[in-house]
Amino acid sequence: INLFWCGQDMLRWIAKRKPYPHQKRLIQYAYSADSFQSKKHEFEKLKQGKRKEASAPTKGRLTNMKHIIPIASGKGGVGKSTTAVNIALSLAAQNLTVGLMDADVHGPSIPTVMNLKGKKAIVENQKIQPLMNFGIKCMSTGFLVDEDKAMIWRGPMVIGAIRQILTSVEWGELDYLIIDLPPGTGDASLTLAQEVEIDGVVIVSTPQDLALADVSRGVQMFNTVNVPILGVVENMSYHICENCGNHSHIFGDSGAENMAKNMNLQFLGKIPLHQNIRETTDKGQPIVVSQPKSQFTQAYNSIAMNIIKYCTNK
Amino acid sequence: MVNYQTILVLSGKGGVGKSTVSSLLALSLVKMGKKVGLLDVDLCGPSIARIFGLEQHSVMNGPNGWIPVYADDEQRLGVMSLAFLTKRDDPVVWRGPKKTSIINQFVHNIAWGDIDFLIVDTPPGTSDEHITAVEAFKDFNLDGAILVTTPQNVSIDDVQKEASFCRALDLEILGVIENMSGYVCPTCSDCSFVFGRGGGERMASESNIPYIGHLPIDPKLTASMDGTNIMKDFETDSIKPILSFIQRYSKQ
Repeated sequence: INLFWCGQDMLRWIAKRKPYPHQKRLIQYAYSADSFQSKKHEFEKLKQGKRKEASAPTKGRLTNMKHIIPIASGKGGVGKSTTAVNIALSLAAQNLTVGLMDADVHGPSIPTVMNLKGKKAIVENQKIQPLMNFGIKCMSTGFLVDEDKAMIWRGPMVIGAIRQILTSVEWGELDYLIIDLPPGTGDASLTLAQEVEIDGVVIVSTPQDLALADVSRGVQMFNTVNVPILGVVENMSYHICENCGNHSHIFGDSGAENMAKNMNLQFLGKIPLHQNIRETTDKGQPIVVSQPKSQFTQAYNSIAMNIIKYCTNK
Repeated sequence: MVNYQTILVLSGKGGVGKSTVSSLLALSLVKMGKKVGLLDVDLCGPSIARIFGLEQHSVMNGPNGWIPVYADDEQRLGVMSLAFLTKRDDPVVWRGPKKTSIINQFVHNIAWGDIDFLIVDTPPGTSDEHITAVEAFKDFNLDGAILVTTPQNVSIDDVQKEASFCRALDLEILGVIENMSGYVCPTCSDCSFVFGRGGGERMASESNIPYIGHLPIDPKLTASMDGTNIMKDFETDSIKPILSFIQRYSKQ
């Protein structure tokens, strides 16, 4: 565990942004007292040093990644992380080199879903090494900070973290980078949209009206910043009873499919709500790898094929 | 100082049902004869206005501040949300300082009237909106926070972070509610725990937080939230598991 280097980097972000007194208290809380004390003198030195504005990467500078596909939704809890991981694994099964980036700083789910919970990132040659599992490289703030620590960060720190993950991680050459975005239309999504050349966004939604209201806001945001939308996935489309196989539309019927039609967006497919998907996700054995022959894996595979078709036709 | 008690409804995770639980809390208190204010500080995804079918309304400025939109004719439930200040599909793509400023206005500048309770619905996470809301409410009767989670591991992880957030800011955690805990198949009556079960209860006992109860997936509730008349459709049956907590809290 080489948290020392990671800690230094964090301190640089913080020092560049001139933290307020209460933020300093929170930073002290975020790291254990021992580690902070030892770095305190360094922190003071950095604060006294010249304050250089962090330069934003210009759009499209990531030449080592052939295609960048964020998985977004205006609404929380619709299954972005689950969908992102399973799509990434479907693509990897096609012999493509895939990276998975967790841009949700406050609630990083990727470590749990990828069975890398509790693991920490190490640094070699001044670059953060991505963690690997199931044949794909991934990075998340969950690998940089202790699990139970809350990231009580305002916008600028979130932006800094995302830039760092994009540029300071040793991704290598990738065919696809799948980005798991946080919910909402906040700093993380906006920064990525403005600073990175995105091939197309995959929008995930449940059929519910309440979700669609937020999701359509998310779509409008991407339209406003001229980011193309690849298509819409309807998740938790209908519940399949394990006992009798009955399909019930708990969250409504085809709401996301209709929204895609109305907004003239490609509809990528429906994923049903089934205990198997949730159980495998929770255990860190995503369904695409643990149940490759199941109907749910077929659903994710067809979405992945649609993504490949879209990217090769561009 | 104000005369009403305030509760924040928090969750590290999105989509667990914070807005649903906030609405149910507000509706139950109203049914018990209290006057309630419901404030939505989720600026990117303001769901409360949609749940009560009030999206078309706009707010007016009175001598004591903005006048909340009332969900009923008797004016027992007042609602305030950014949805009243923006058009339905317009995204709110604001950076921190603007969010901070509007939330401060929501906290200090609303003419709630003589409400007994204020329920505050928050967005997921631990960012600008949460920090600002807690700091702004410090001078008010902030009773504490209720955490909402679903039973699955990815939710529990995020909600534990939220619990750390509360502890870091000295905010009392009133309890944890486990939402979407079980679904009864209408055909064969088999109860399927599609999101798992017991995760919230386990987390509460491990983190030494009171456990309030669990709410099942209720398609009738989902439909009434997507509809326009939740005040009429609401039955206290749908919140039986957490009713005793609400009754105890309302007597304080």
